[in-house]
Amino acid sequence: MRTEAVLRFGIVALLVATVEILCRLHVIPVGVMIAPSQMAVELTKILVSGEFSADIISSIVNVLTSTVLSVTLGFVAGLIIYSAPGLRAALEPLLASYYAVPTFIFYPVFISLFGVGSGAIIAIAVLLAVVSMITATLNGLDRIPRVLRKTGRIYRMSRIKTAVMIELPSAAPSLFTGIKLSVAYSFIGVIASEFILSGSGVGYAIAYAYNNFETPRMYALMLLIILLVTGVNTLLNGVDRRLQSQRRR
Amino acid sequence: MSAAASEITVKSDAVKQMPVEQPHVALRGITCVFHSRGRSLHALGPVDLSLTKGEFFSVVGPSGCGKSTLLDILAGLNPPQTGTAQFEGKPIQGVPDGVGVVFQEDASFPWLNVHDNVAFGLRRAGVDPAEIKRRVDYAIGFMGLKDFAAAYPAQLSGGMRQRVCIARTLVLQPRLIMLDEPFGALDQQTRLIMGDELLRLWRETSATILLITHALDEAAMLSDRVGVMSTRPGTFIDIVETGWDRNRDSRVVSTPHFGDITARLWEKLRVEALKMMSTSETRSS
Ligand SMILES: Nc1ncnc2c1ncn2[C@@H]1O[C@H](COP(=O)(O)OP(=O)(O)OP(=O)(O)O)[C@@H](O)[C@H]1O
Ligand SMILES: [Mg+2]
Repeated sequence: MRTEAVLRFGIVALLVATVEILCRLHVIPVGVMIAPSQMAVELTKILVSGEFSADIISSIVNVLTSTVLSVTLGFVAGLIIYSAPGLRAALEPLLASYYAVPTFIFYPVFISLFGVGSGAIIAIAVLLAVVSMITATLNGLDRIPRVLRKTGRIYRMSRIKTAVMIELPSAAPSLFTGIKLSVAYSFIGVIASEFILSGSGVGYAIAYAYNNFETPRMYALMLLIILLVTGVNTLLNGVDRRLQSQRRR
Repeated sequence: MSAAASEITVKSDAVKQMPVEQPHVALRGITCVFHSRGRSLHALGPVDLSLTKGEFFSVVGPSGCGKSTLLDILAGLNPPQTGTAQFEGKPIQGVPDGVGVVFQEDASFPWLNVHDNVAFGLRRAGVDPAEIKRRVDYAIGFMGLKDFAAAYPAQLSGGMRQRVCIARTLVLQPRLIMLDEPFGALDQQTRLIMGDELLRLWRETSATILLITHALDEAAMLSDRVGVMSTRPGTFIDIVETGWDRNRDSRVVSTPHFGDITARLWEKLRVEALKMMSTSETRSS
């Protein structure tokens, strides 16, 4: 491990240890927060009992669905916008200021469209994630050096072959950034939507535990989300680093 | 090496004695005008040029005079506004078969290692794997990249990446090889050595070579003929025959004849360079 990795780990460990001590000394009351070690114990219990398995699976399926949809839609939309410069000029300012709009305000619309349940949740998450993929796709296509396309022509490759064998790999790092962002936004979109418009999922379970003063469960589920997101992110960063390392000096 | 070289000479002399029916490359009255944002820019021509098969021809000219534009037209990447361009007797429409290009910009594929970069064209052409391996290993060795076969372009210097692009072009055994300032990123001594390698390659393959370069000494040492271009719109204002033996190498730079050629090239080019400097001062027109 490099020194910054050690340092990072140390900082996180120190924070967790501080909270642990404050909880144990009852500086932080039990009603407010339980000790991290207890969260872990509680989480293990929950996972072993399988009490929330349906919620966990439902959330994960929703996140995956939303990621796949937003990556696919975003990529296709990106291609279309890229190939129509006039359209692009018109849309660019909208895309750039898109994330200034709090997407969640639209939840009543989605409930009336899809009803309460996965449909509305996925719709909100896709709405949140798709623009990051569109932007990443445009960015990736913009960065393909002209000379690489020329090279494809010198090899007398068809338009499709050039797209698959030259343009796609050339744009891959940017596209992967789009995928990473889509995963992150899908997580946010799904978990947050479950708070407000669902009767299932981990987000819903956290809200339910909160409303019923089940503090240990609430924290255990929060820990679960954090572990899940950290795990997925570490995985994606690993792939990203491999993609980037080829290209960096 | 010298034994092999003389063997090759015999072969190439045989090639030379064959009756030359038609020029390998023929350009007649080629001009190129670019239009952008309502303004038009006369970039090139009119240019006439004939290259015989197996000839080593270099083009020198001031920056922006249309050298790369000329290459694009010859490669079928960009149709000229007027004139006719022929390769092997057929009009150039789209990229002709048998043409290899090393572009001025770095065109190596960053996602492929050196070996796969060089193998790219062969794989596209469906050559069988054993033959691919043989040709790729040879080209990589030829270009002095043997220790870097598994490296990615980002790990190489600019000059080495340009060598990857040269190797990638060579393995396809084009009959016309065009190189646009391939040694621009190299230091002087490496450039001379690479020049020798290029001459060796040229003798071995009997390909026609069109080399674009900024370096007069490079043009004088490598070429059978050197075309000197005017400032934009570029036309050929002089074509200098060097009269070198096919077995020449970088040692010719110490001969008096080399000095004469370079002097003649510079005499022509100096005038154009001065013109360019003065037009760029009065660009507002
Ligand atoms: N696609 C294009 N659209 C508009 N103008 C162009 C285009 N390509 C080249 N030009 C212009 O045409 C002229 C000739 O360009 P070209 O690249 O052929 O010059 P060059 O002789 O290769 O220069 P250098 O030695 O710097 O490489 C330049 O003024 C350039 O700006
Ligand atoms: Mg050029």
